[in-house]
Amino acid sequence: MAATTVARRAGIRLPEWRADVLIVGAAALILGYLTLVPLAMLLLGSVSSGSSALDFQFTVRNFQRVLTDQASIELLANSVMYGLGSALFAFAIGTGVAWAVERSDIPGRSIWYGLALVPLIVPGIVHTIAWLFLLSPEIGWINAPLKALFGFSISVYSLPGMIWIEGLHTAPLAFVLMSAAFRTMDPSLEEAAATSRANPWKTFRRITLPLLLPTAASVLLILFVRAIEGFEVPAIIGLPGQIYVYTSRIYTSLNQYPPNYGLSAAYGAVLLIVSVGGLLLHNRMVRRTERFATVTGKAYRPRRVELGRFRAVAIAALALYAVVAIALPLLVLIYASLVRVYTVPSLETLGELTLRNYQFIATDDLTRRALGNSLLLGAAAATIVVALTAIIAWVTIRTRAPGRGLLDFLAFVPITIPGIVLGISLIWVYFTVPIRIYGTLWILLVAYVTRYLPYGIRSASAGIVQIHRELEEASAAAGAKWWPTFTRILLPLLRPALVGAWVYIFIISLRELGSSILLYSSESVVLAVRIFDLRDSGNYTTIAALSVFLIALLVVLVAVLQRLGGRTVREA
Amino acid sequence: MLQVTELRKTFHTDRGGVRAVEDISFTVEEGRFFTLLGPSGCGKTTTLRCVAGLERPESGTIRLDEAVLSGPGRFVPTHARDIGMVFQSYAIWPHMSVFENVAFPLRVSEHPPSKAETTRMVEESLALVGLDGLEDRPAPQLSGGQQQRLALARALVRRPKILLLDEPLSNLDAKLRERMRIELRQLQRRLGITTIYVTHDQGEALFLSHRIAVMQAGRIVQEGAPRDLYREPASGFVADFVGEATFLPGEVVSGGIRALGGTVVCTLSDGLGPGAKALLVLRPENIVVRSQPAGVPNEFAGNLRVAAFLGDRLDCVVEIGDLLVRARAHPTTTLRRDQQVWVEFPVEHCSAIPDDGWRPRALARTFDDDEG
Repeated sequence: MAATTVARRAGIRLPEWRADVLIVGAAALILGYLTLVPLAMLLLGSVSSGSSALDFQFTVRNFQRVLTDQASIELLANSVMYGLGSALFAFAIGTGVAWAVERSDIPGRSIWYGLALVPLIVPGIVHTIAWLFLLSPEIGWINAPLKALFGFSISVYSLPGMIWIEGLHTAPLAFVLMSAAFRTMDPSLEEAAATSRANPWKTFRRITLPLLLPTAASVLLILFVRAIEGFEVPAIIGLPGQIYVYTSRIYTSLNQYPPNYGLSAAYGAVLLIVSVGGLLLHNRMVRRTERFATVTGKAYRPRRVELGRFRAVAIAALALYAVVAIALPLLVLIYASLVRVYTVPSLETLGELTLRNYQFIATDDLTRRALGNSLLLGAAAATIVVALTAIIAWVTIRTRAPGRGLLDFLAFVPITIPGIVLGISLIWVYFTVPIRIYGTLWILLVAYVTRYLPYGIRSASAGIVQIHRELEEASAAAGAKWWPTFTRILLPLLRPALVGAWVYIFIISLRELGSSILLYSSESVVLAVRIFDLRDSGNYTTIAALSVFLIALLVVLVAVLQRLGGRTVREA
Repeated sequence: MLQVTELRKTFHTDRGGVRAVEDISFTVEEGRFFTLLGPSGCGKTTTLRCVAGLERPESGTIRLDEAVLSGPGRFVPTHARDIGMVFQSYAIWPHMSVFENVAFPLRVSEHPPSKAETTRMVEESLALVGLDGLEDRPAPQLSGGQQQRLALARALVRRPKILLLDEPLSNLDAKLRERMRIELRQLQRRLGITTIYVTHDQGEALFLSHRIAVMQAGRIVQEGAPRDLYREPASGFVADFVGEATFLPGEVVSGGIRALGGTVVCTLSDGLGPGAKALLVLRPENIVVRSQPAGVPNEFAGNLRVAAFLGDRLDCVVEIGDLLVRARAHPTTTLRRDQQVWVEFPVEHCSAIPDDGWRPRALARTFDDDEG
């Protein structure tokens, strides 16, 4: 094997029993079990009329219903409109802000940049609840004055309402991706057009637009996939409004009596196909875009457009966005967390502020359990993912062990699985295999580890690639064997990347809802699920307090992550 | 003819203003190759971008023939200027073929030529740079050298009044750079197109230019023909930046300067009176190294610390007291390391200039690991 040749040439003595093959074999088994088995079970379940693979009876009834039912066509239409609408809305906001920050001479650029990233911290469920407070038909901050003044209100329980909330939530992701696109575009490409006597409009139409189009298309695709995968808005806004999309349909077909496991698996399969297809298409487009790159890895001094008299307009637009996306949701949550009954604020309510809600979450057994479970799950999932992916990344990058490409692929598969689809898949797995973990924390741990494998492998691979191979070879030349080299040279050098990945996974674990909502029991309740449940019981002011607490916790964690020099939280 | 007068440009950053270009004036005559030479950050690229209209100067005037491109109350946008420009990154549009890249300036003009005429002009321009036959190739598939030629063809296709080149050779490897600069020189001389070239490479500047303006910290410190800049640098900075030199600082006395424990005989540039601080700039090829004293003026005994054989010459470093002198001897000379030698600074090559305090990076003092 070439791996051992390289290793031998460098004097790294692998143990005689071929450690790499053993590691690859073990890792492949674990990864295969975590990623492929659930997917296989999902597909099996979608064509079964039983409720476990053990009493499998083949049927096409589920797919028949999914594909031909009148309600299913509406479901498809809703999902597409919701996905497309949120993607376009998020894209419009994100691109606008990115353009202002990266390509115009707007003052205070770094402040706007930071503000545009702030909403990334807010979990989807908290964001959605906040907008419920703002746009609730009767008592929302925005609707109440509308109703008093003009006699009408905006119904949040509608498709436009859902698109508004989801779009606002994913806009920061669009901003991050588009500002990167603006930044990596060589400004001399546009300058060359100007020196070729193309006026600004021709330059925009014939150079800027065609160059940005592939990136814009791939960003839109990502936003679309993210929107149709999301569960928070469809559940909290869509269910009461009776506007169903795939994720909420999976949930309701399990929460009806009797639960229809086959049907939810079929919906899950459809959603999975859309998600996988979208991401494959996205990767193709990105590869095509990369071929466009002429000179790469260069820090460009961007060419900024002078706003002139539009400067005030641009500043006002960004400020308005900051108010709508950050200030309003945060204010309404803090306010709601301090009152007994949520109403529109008045002098009277402001005079009666109370910490009762915070007292409640501090003493409520279920909430305390949810916090403990979330912290435990987050720490355990992060530790397992980081340990597993560090070894896998080393094998795939440093050795030529057979099957290492497969490992890399397997670790990336979960990025295409929507949380709720993983949830239904795991239900099928643990109804079938004789491991009794359904309803315990263990099944949630399996779900979290699976979901966050891709983030771990991405971080570990990036870290190892940056460590020059010769540093390890020098250790070998100094007489160290494989294990001391791994633990005393590689791991310390890799520590920043691994710690960053650990904190990041810990953070996103705390906000996980999609798969938890299908897998939890009263014993294994977690934070996001607790918020969801409190809403069902109409306990809005308590939710607000819990949301504020969760945001505060996440802010602290993100600050830690920043201090560790990790990258900003990209995935919301 | 391009005329730049009292050009000034400040960049505003978060930490305040940085003056990039300060009161620069120069004139480029019709058909001449004019180079702005200087270290990075000296303002040469900013000056070029002002000429292109990619930066808006704070003050000053830029005139192309009769037309004012930039001046008080007037700023012609880039696309309305009759220029062609080659960028350091080449800026080849990756979504277009080779042909489309070159045809673009024709297609976007006010009066686009006919289809046949466009094809003829594009092919002619591509032939000029030796890229004919590659018309249909997607632009990103070209090698670095080919992209460079393509950028040149694109800049020339409209036959602009003036060609602007921003370090076009700096991204090429050494061999290719050598070849491209020969081709560039021939092309410019043949077309007779007025050219402004920006570089930090003195070799390129000397090779290509009719005239060179050396820039330092936003100002032009000396302008002249390559030969004059090399022979009669106005300051230590210019002497160091253009070519190699040993600096001999000293105080002006009658007939020369006081240095090396005696008087070095030399001519004095205007304005150097007795007692002034002066600098003698000694080019290595003008210094004579002998193994025996010849009894000529300006002869000093020293110790040969380095004698490196380079094929066409013998590079020497001679230690005279505290001074390390770089000299160049004929390759057949038999000199050995650490032997005593006599160094002559021929009087006809000795001319002192006012000392601006600039010193070349010091030569390392330990040569003991060197081959003798």
